[in-house]
Order: sequence, then structure tokens, then C-alpha cells
Amino acid sequence: MTKVAFAPDVFTWPAEEPQLIGSRCSVCQAVTFPRKPSCPRCGNPDMAERLLPRRGTLVAWTIQGFLPKAPYAGGETEETFRPYGVGLVQLGDEVRVETRLTEADPEKLRFGMELELVVVPFRTDADGTEVVIHAFAPTES
Amino acid sequence: MHDVAIVGVGIHPFGRFGPKSAIEMGAQAVRAACADAGISWSDVQFAFGGSNEVDNPDAVISLLGLTGIPFMDVYNGCATAGTALELTADAIRYGKYELGVAVGMDKHLPGAFTADPEYYSAPSWYGEAGQFLTTKFFGIKINRYMHDHGISHATLAKVVNKSLRNGVLNPNAFRRKPLDEATILGARMLNYPLTQYMFCSPDEGAAAVVLCRADIAHRYTSNPIYLRATALRTRRYGAYEVHSSWAAVEEDVAPTVYASRAAYEAAGIGPQDVDVIQLQDTDAGAEIIHMAENGFCADGEQEKLLAEGATEIGGRLPVNTDGGLIANGEPIGASGLRQIHELVRQLRGQAGDRQVPGNPRVGYAQLYGAPGTAAVSILTT
Repeated sequence: MTKVAFAPDVFTWPAEEPQLIGSRCSVCQAVTFPRKPSCPRCGNPDMAERLLPRRGTLVAWTIQGFLPKAPYAGGETEETFRPYGVGLVQLGDEVRVETRLTEADPEKLRFGMELELVVVPFRTDADGTEVVIHAFAPTES
Repeated sequence: MHDVAIVGVGIHPFGRFGPKSAIEMGAQAVRAACADAGISWSDVQFAFGGSNEVDNPDAVISLLGLTGIPFMDVYNGCATAGTALELTADAIRYGKYELGVAVGMDKHLPGAFTADPEYYSAPSWYGEAGQFLTTKFFGIKINRYMHDHGISHATLAKVVNKSLRNGVLNPNAFRRKPLDEATILGARMLNYPLTQYMFCSPDEGAAAVVLCRADIAHRYTSNPIYLRATALRTRRYGAYEVHSSWAAVEEDVAPTVYASRAAYEAAGIGPQDVDVIQLQDTDAGAEIIHMAENGFCADGEQEKLLAEGATEIGGRLPVNTDGGLIANGEPIGASGLRQIHELVRQLRGQAGDRQVPGNPRVGYAQLYGAPGTAAVSILTT
């Protein structure tokens, strides 16, 4: 079965230990996700690619409880849709990324909990291609 | 710089109106505002029109009269109406004109807004991944705020319960049916901790104001309301905002805080002086957070204030006396001028069943929306 990333240049793939692909400003060292053409802090157009830490802590979160409209591309219907978690995750002292979480139960999410990047199934296309997406999973259960 | 007065306000009800166009609603609001000011459209020297769905709000002049005046179209997210108001006021402040109109109108489909994420400087995959949702942002922000500052789920329900009761008193509101707190809390969870009834709905409507140089206001009215300050601000580095795929580790406060400080300073008025408050309540949590961001209380104090009924029409901090966005919905271009309409009615003592007691003298309005833009206006008698 072919596995493809849902979008290019978001995370390293295929990779045993995938990492999100961000960028860092050569002048003020600000780190962004994803890669940006210029620095949002100082405007410098010289940004270098930076692979982001794979582990982080949960700063804030919600549960997406309804099926988003297009351009959402998860492929579910109202009947098959299952809520998913979305969180702001701080990666080291570099940057916070807004990302899917593998956990969608409010009882199991805690502010400050440790998370790790994983690549999980997103949808299966008509030709059988399995499309995968990045998400953060709790490291403790 | 000249002072600016509001001498007329008009509104087309908010809700859903079948085939009626946004332009027709806009014209109706302008006619009402002109009638309120005792002027005719031909007296209007210039106008700014705000809308999200209407490409050229200036089409409204084809219904009002093709007088050839300059009419400028603006769009600035949820701060569109605040922007139209500020630009109209500025043109008078700097002496270019004496009298003008700010109008806002919109007609949205039901359901959450959607668009191309790249127009918001977000990556295109952000929408495909299911993150390009304003409701998700508001869920994340209030969830963290509740955790940090001890706000309960019941307090979110109190906001909605109050807004809908105020909506019952407002004949122009979209939602005019009260809901008890248990029903609000027990409704479908859209974005934890926010349930279905805790969000406003995009809908339809229009509102308009007539502004003039303050020294000529008495030609039109015996009770002018003065626009003491308008301030617009965008997000700074470090603020986590709507449609952000990332944020800096070092946090900065939201753009509302900067707009609010600038408006207070320009007006020479502090939050303790304000008698009637209009806050952007895209969701119940936003009203709670915006109470603090605009200086009306400390973070976390809302829990006690709402339990005491402080934000009720008869309370010491009346918030969204016309039901706010939760009862009125949000036709983006019109929403901020609906706020001004309500404040003017309150400050003139013309708010009927929802009149704030004690002759309120100072009104305050705040807008906030994607991609991190805020507008604040301060009005006085």
C-alpha cells in the first residue's frame, strides 16, 4: 500500500522519526512553522530551513467537534466523522505549533503534558493510496 | 483636528431575509440614519461602506440617489465596521468634509466562515488539515483562559443566557428566544469547551451612522453623541491569533489590548468611566476574555462578576445590552455599526425596555477578528 504525506514540505517523509519542517531567521533567530519566506518578527527575507524538535508540551487545546467545510480534505462524511483534538504545542524553547492531536477525549488531555510527533492515517483515496498527516501523541498514557 | 459627533443612527434588523439583497438592507439602514439626523441623502458629502460579501458596497447609492459623492469601500475582517467608522471620522477630524455616512451591510450563508487559507497568510494545507476554523481558535483560547484564571463552564452559559434575554428585548435581534443554562451547557459540543449555543452565527443585516463636525451637530440634533476616540490595531509578534499555524514562545497580548489602551488614551477616559459596553462576542468565551482585555476587570474576576449579575443591563458593567453577536448574529460589515447604534440609543436614553438605568454617559465598543485585528470606539454624551 502506498503511503503519501497529505501535503509536501510539512514534515520529513518518509522517515523513521519524522520532524516538522520550519524555518529560522538568520538575523533575529525567530523560528516559524511551516517554513516562511520572510521573518514575521523582523521582516528579514533570509530564512533557513529548520527541522523542529519532535517532542513538546501542550500549551492549549480544543476538540474539533464538527466536520469542517472545504477546503478540509479528511474525506469523512457527517456519518463517519469522528472529533479530533487540536492543540498548541511548544517544541523546546523554539516555537509553538498548532497541530492535530491523536487524543480527542477532554478527560485525557492535560495542560503541560508531554507530546511526541507521530504520522497517522488521514484518509484513503479511491485508488487505495493511504494519505498520512502529522499529529502529536501523548508520551505517557 | 475637529471633534466628531454622531447625529444619526439607523439599522436594518439582523437575521435571515430570503431574497432581499445586502444592498437593499444597506440602503434601508442609511435612510433610517438620515431620517434620524433629519437630513436627506443629498446632504451627505461622502461615505465609507463596509462589507465582506458585497464587492462594492457603493452600489447602495444606486438605491439612495446618484449624487456623485465619494464613496469608499472597505473590508477589514470582523473590524470592518470599526474601520469604516474610523475612516469616516478621520475625514471629518482632518477637515476634508463636514458630514458623512458610515454604512455596513452583509448577507452570509449559515454555518462557519470558510475561505482560502493563503489569503490569511496561512499555508494551504492548514485548511486541508481541518484547522482553518475560527471556532477552533476561540475554543483553544478560552479553554486555556479558563484553566489559567478559574473560569467555569457555567459562566460561559451565563453569558449566552444573558445575551439571549437581552435579545428578547431587542426587536432588531436575530435570536429572541431565551435558553436556560442547562440547555446551553448540554447542547452539542462544537469546539470544547464551547457548545453550539455559545457561538454567534453569520447572518444578514445592515447598520449606518451619520457623523458630522461637532461644532455643527446642533443643526441636526439637540442630543449629539460625541465620538471621542477610534483605534485600530493588528496582532504583534508573540500573539496567538485566528488562523495561526504557529506562535512564538514569548507571548504578547492580543491586539485588542493595544487598541483599547490607545482609545482610552486618546479619549482621556478610563475603563472605570464607562457606563455601557459592547464587546465582540463571537463566542461566549470571547466576551469573558474581552472584559479583561478591555480593562473592565482583572483576569479571572469574571467568574464572580457574572455570578453577581454585573454584566446585566441593570448591573455595574452592562455588556452587550442588545444581545451582542450571540443574539444578533454577525453580518461582518454591519456588526460594529450595530454596536454603535446600540450605544447611541443607550446614551440618548432611547433604548426602551433595555435602557441602562442612571443616564449613562460613556459608551465603549470593541471588535476583534481574523487574522488578528481589533477596533475600539469610545462615545460620550
